[in-house]
Amino acid sequence: MAALSDHLLLLAILAYALAMLTYAAEYAFGNRSVVARVAVREHRRELVGAGAPVVDTLDEPGPVDLLDEPQPTEPQPTGPGADPRIAVWAGRAAATLTLVGWLAHLGCVVTRGFAAHRVPWGNMYEFVLAVTLVGATAWFVLLLRRPSIRPLGLFVTLALVILLGIDGVKLYTPVAPLVPALNSYWLKIHVTAAVTASGILMVGFVAAALTLIRTGHEAGKTRFPYSLGARLPAADGLERLAFRLHAFAFPIWTFAIICGAIWAEAAWGRYWGWDPKETWAFIAWVIYAGYLHARATPSVKRTIATWIAVVGWGAMMVNLFVVNLVVSGLHSYAGVN
Amino acid sequence: MAALDELTTEAPAEPPSRGLGPGRALIGVGRRLWRWLTSMRTALILLFLLALAAIPGSLLPQRNLNIDKVNQYLAQHPTLGPLLDHLWAYNVFASPWFSAIYLLLFVSLVGCLIPRLRAHIAAVMRVPPEAPSRLDRLPAHAESLDLPGDPAEIAGRLNDLLRKRRFRVKVREQAGGGLTVSAEKGHLKETGNILFHFSLLAILIAVALGSWYGYHADRLVVQGADQGFCNTLQQYDEYGLGARVSPGSLEPFCLDLTSFEAKYLSNGEPSVYKAFVDYTLGDGPAKSTTIQVNHPLRLSHARIYLLGTGYAPVVKYTDKYGHSQTEVAPFLSSDAMQTSSGVIEFPDANVDPAKGVDPNHKQQVAFSGIYLPTVPSDPSVGQSAFPAERNPALMLTEYQGDLGLDAGIPSSVYSLDQHQIDTGRLNKVGDPIQLKPGQTKTLSDGTTIQFLGTRPWATMQVRYDPGETLVLVGAVCLLLGLIVMLLGRRLRVWFRIPPQGPVTAGALARSVYPGFTAEFESIVQDTRADQSRPTSRGTQ
Repeated sequence: MAALSDHLLLLAILAYALAMLTYAAEYAFGNRSVVARVAVREHRRELVGAGAPVVDTLDEPGPVDLLDEPQPTEPQPTGPGADPRIAVWAGRAAATLTLVGWLAHLGCVVTRGFAAHRVPWGNMYEFVLAVTLVGATAWFVLLLRRPSIRPLGLFVTLALVILLGIDGVKLYTPVAPLVPALNSYWLKIHVTAAVTASGILMVGFVAAALTLIRTGHEAGKTRFPYSLGARLPAADGLERLAFRLHAFAFPIWTFAIICGAIWAEAAWGRYWGWDPKETWAFIAWVIYAGYLHARATPSVKRTIATWIAVVGWGAMMVNLFVVNLVVSGLHSYAGVN
Repeated sequence: MAALDELTTEAPAEPPSRGLGPGRALIGVGRRLWRWLTSMRTALILLFLLALAAIPGSLLPQRNLNIDKVNQYLAQHPTLGPLLDHLWAYNVFASPWFSAIYLLLFVSLVGCLIPRLRAHIAAVMRVPPEAPSRLDRLPAHAESLDLPGDPAEIAGRLNDLLRKRRFRVKVREQAGGGLTVSAEKGHLKETGNILFHFSLLAILIAVALGSWYGYHADRLVVQGADQGFCNTLQQYDEYGLGARVSPGSLEPFCLDLTSFEAKYLSNGEPSVYKAFVDYTLGDGPAKSTTIQVNHPLRLSHARIYLLGTGYAPVVKYTDKYGHSQTEVAPFLSSDAMQTSSGVIEFPDANVDPAKGVDPNHKQQVAFSGIYLPTVPSDPSVGQSAFPAERNPALMLTEYQGDLGLDAGIPSSVYSLDQHQIDTGRLNKVGDPIQLKPGQTKTLSDGTTIQFLGTRPWATMQVRYDPGETLVLVGAVCLLLGLIVMLLGRRLRVWFRIPPQGPVTAGALARSVYPGFTAEFESIVQDTRADQSRPTSRGTQ
């Protein structure tokens, strides 16, 4: 079982990498219809007629979210060097390859669990496996609901390949039972919540980073990262997608921290002790809280708010890699030598 | 600190100050400062400062987590170390600057929450506002709704329908003879928002309560009824009392370790640690229970946690006057395989029964020892090969002289007084010896030592934190508030029913959310479906 799990990981990485390449092909050959399709039509509400006492509290009408409401696809002018047929073919192939990768990924996690006779997130290797699986799943759910975000697939698979690659090469740990401190039902609750929140935040981060790229592109910047923005959906839609993912993941992250505190009370005698892992979970929580506040404050620019979300993911990564591998603390379950 | 989905209410412009009295100027400055502190911008900056300030606490060693690492760091960084110490860098989370940030943040929060609470209560009490004059200008609207009946009947039906959808509804008569129906829902969102932020305050207060009225203490307990301890400060190896805790108020209980069960995996990692204990509360009867990792013993106030375990060799020493003493000395392990070291002291050894103690020529005896529960196949390694006692051996080095116990200076019970050795008052005698359990050896001066075996020991931590329940309640409320806040949708819907002709409708959301149009359309659909059913008032 353990060997099967390892083989499936390899297959998953391979399929995701191929999917990434085909997404890139779609990206290169595709026309800009995707961009045009989701181009934002500002529904600026005009002020309601004078004498109506309602306007005072109804702030921020905002544009209607086109990502949610399918728009009629109109034929669009084809961009230079574009071949829509290749693009359509590549797009379908990419989605299929991502599905193959996801199935292998799921199989990898499940067989790992059977091999270890426990939930398959008891060390850092397994944690990253699970987080990326949640990320990939979240991506599929989004893709099914809004096919227009497919161009993001290139970047989602990129993130998956990088994280899984590091996981397989640097963090690999053979199957082993749990240390007694982890032997609690709270492992299932606390770590599952942390995995779920991290996976969704990962996709949220991709959306946030692409929002920044696309915003730069829309502002006329042509240097490298912004040049990627050419075939991305409109910045407004991306920004709302990023916000929604973060708003969805934030309560789950909060729940994960609270469960961690309850478990810590039973295991270590205190619900909060500023252990490095706890500290960084707190830092990430505060940053994401700052993001949600900044996002809700009209005087703060949307790009600044989005930057805060990107910094939040940075804190999550520090918590995963730096705290597990460099700083020693009570959460030393990485099992990586 | 303003909360989600809304901006801070802009304070009204300050009235122009007439006649600059110093008092008025001071009030002006205070007001401006208060406004600055309670603004969203400041709150955001403070949030980031809080995140930033927590970083050194995770990267530098902290006194409350591991004091040895702090001392090691100080020794390694002779210039930078003490400088950082002055900045509370080894106690970040209790430092004045960290406290200043979160206290400012909470003042800002209170300054923002109270006006919002007031506004929210007013909003909840208020009836839904009158329909705007042009419904077709709203982001979602429907025209030419051909609903049967006279305006009063239509309004009645709409009223029922909207109330079923949890709207608060107000029907108003218009000057021209028509009616308007105003409906509003989604106050729960702001309720959740305010609940979330008040929960944060509750958690802060609970944490403060816990640190003032709580305490914790550590104690190493060797197995055996003679080795137990009671919950008094004198009996602890280490403790910390909250500012408002008096030593006499600790919950009265006594505890002793009856046995200890440890199981290990083949690689030496522990799989089970289980301490069997007897305890008494006050004058009550003795009770037996177990304490495990993740399963503390919960008394009515205090909780007792199992932190670690090790071995305490039991050694019988017979001095040159034939006097025997038995000592149990807990050894501390230095690695995961329980390679343990410690000292066994016999301060009453070699006292001539005829003469008594000669203070200038003490012949006290001590052994510094290393205990290996499993001697490795290559004995020169000097480290245990497995944490369980598969092939145990005790290595002892004898010392004789003055142990330095009378100086009144507290000293470690796990090592010999190096000062006494350096000054020649305590001297090494003979070569190190190795003992198997049960084995007896005669030392160079004719005295004998017998290794009787070991007893397990466990380190126990006693904790009491009265703020804990409130923290948990606060955390649950915080999560509830957060979910309600993020799921809640504020929506207003209006219907304008003219005396004659089609009805118009419009809807407005505080922030346009996905499904907003869909929700409005479903309401409009319902009004159309509704007309097929006879209504209570339709036949009048």
